[in-house]
Amino acid sequence: MIDLYLNLPVWVQATIKGLIAIGVLIPVAGACSMAERKVSAWIQGRPGPNRAIVPWVAWIPFVGKALQRLGVFHLMADGAKFVFKEDVVPGHVNKFYYYVAPLVALIPALCTIVVVPFGAYIDATTETLKPLILADVDVGILAVFAIGSLSVYALILAGWASNSKYPFLGGVRASAQLISYELSMTLSVIPVFLWVNAPGGNGTLSLFDVVESQSQAGFLGGMWFIFLMPMCAFIFLVALFAETNRQPFDMPESESDLVGGFHTEYGEFKWSLFFVAEYVHMTIGSGVFVLLFLGGWNPLPWIPLEMVISSMPMWLGALVGVGCFLGKTFFFIFFFMWVRWTLPRFRYDQVMKLGWQKLLPLAIANVIFYALAIAMIELS
Amino acid sequence: MPDILFHLFAFLTLASSVAVVINHNAVNSALAFLVGLVGVSGLFVLLDSFLLAVLMILVYAGAVVALFLFIIMLLDMQGGERKSFSKPTAVAAVIGSALLVVCSMTLIRSFGGLDAPDAASILPVGANLKHYGDQLFTTYLLPVQVVGFLLLTAMLGVIVLSKKFDGMGDVK
Repeated sequence: MIDLYLNLPVWVQATIKGLIAIGVLIPVAGACSMAERKVSAWIQGRPGPNRAIVPWVAWIPFVGKALQRLGVFHLMADGAKFVFKEDVVPGHVNKFYYYVAPLVALIPALCTIVVVPFGAYIDATTETLKPLILADVDVGILAVFAIGSLSVYALILAGWASNSKYPFLGGVRASAQLISYELSMTLSVIPVFLWVNAPGGNGTLSLFDVVESQSQAGFLGGMWFIFLMPMCAFIFLVALFAETNRQPFDMPESESDLVGGFHTEYGEFKWSLFFVAEYVHMTIGSGVFVLLFLGGWNPLPWIPLEMVISSMPMWLGALVGVGCFLGKTFFFIFFFMWVRWTLPRFRYDQVMKLGWQKLLPLAIANVIFYALAIAMIELS
Repeated sequence: MPDILFHLFAFLTLASSVAVVINHNAVNSALAFLVGLVGVSGLFVLLDSFLLAVLMILVYAGAVVALFLFIIMLLDMQGGERKSFSKPTAVAAVIGSALLVVCSMTLIRSFGGLDAPDAASILPVGANLKHYGDQLFTTYLLPVQVVGFLLLTAMLGVIVLSKKFDGMGDVK
């Protein structure tokens, strides 16, 4: 089986790997939508979706009831509804861009996974830790930002192509908001890479190396960057909320003043593509945050993965690594939902003020502070 | 394989660049420009300069074209009627075509006459972060600073032109 796989041409192997990654991401996005409903219900003190059930599952004792209470079948019913609903296209839209926009939303969102490592294993021949990643390029984080930044076009195009007032406002807001917060986001990770790239090194932006430098020996070496650079983590997190259009930053959508924002004119499957893209963005954004600040696949601060899995077989070690990474990522997705149902939405002018007058100066000051501090540590 | 990809990306870049110029609708032009940038970045990838490819997408495709679209949407520019040729346009057209003729003549004459430089002798500046940073802070320090200053001047100019200095006569 493995020989057969290894004998395939490289591009077939790459396609299989990519399809597997997508095959994991899309169900995770679906599960997120389910979790969102359950978490919101839990925070508001109500049971949430707990009624729908497929007849023959109801006959299974205990498990059937548990699944029903969890609301799993609402998710399936929702998904089926999106596929089978009538495809309504408003007469006043720009057809080409109207159809292209959901694709532009989903494709960059899924592409980002290519450069995000999601686990590590100990290579049997060299006895070193290797990342589980689709493409190990040394531009790492820049590639994530670059592909991620393309998602703004989905919102702009959807808003513009819909050719009506509210979506248009949503599109304009989206373009301004995403560009504003991209600056702070990029600035906030600079101290991390200043710390990772010790003098004399070859210069790396790879996320794997960031995790590696959080799993060194010693007090400073094993420290997760969220403790070492809390301000960077905070700025990155706020910018991440803005970039993924999550509340309190969901200005492009903002259903209380813009109906549905950029996707007001969208329905059925096309709308669900936007929806999936948002959750995929959230998942990958959380993953990147975990890699940068929460030690990636290391189970606990000062306890690197290599120490835990060195005596395990390779596949088990890899599973432990992926498990740690996914556990933290899912916690962060929960955190996104937690914030959504805790903080009220900002007004648009507050979003802009926060971005340009508070967060950006803070990010610049933060870079200068850490640059000086790191230089002082290196010199001493 | 790289040859096929090169032709693909080169065609993509050229076709979308032509589309930028001939499109009436400003939004179409901006998006064709976006596709062209993706094509150029693909060409960079084929040259093994991943850093330049990523920066191309990050800065130009990710931010600059988004700003273009923002402005186009904010000003609500619809294609509109094409202006008839004025005198300066005609003069510029003549000069432009003359230059094009000169350029193509030179190209045809020197076809095959240029030596391709040895691939090994070219420094892989765009391929590696360290090389890129080194060059930026040593060889190209002055040009980078000058261009940065130029951008700052442009920004200050915009602020001076667009801001209303009411009751601040002495500042003007």
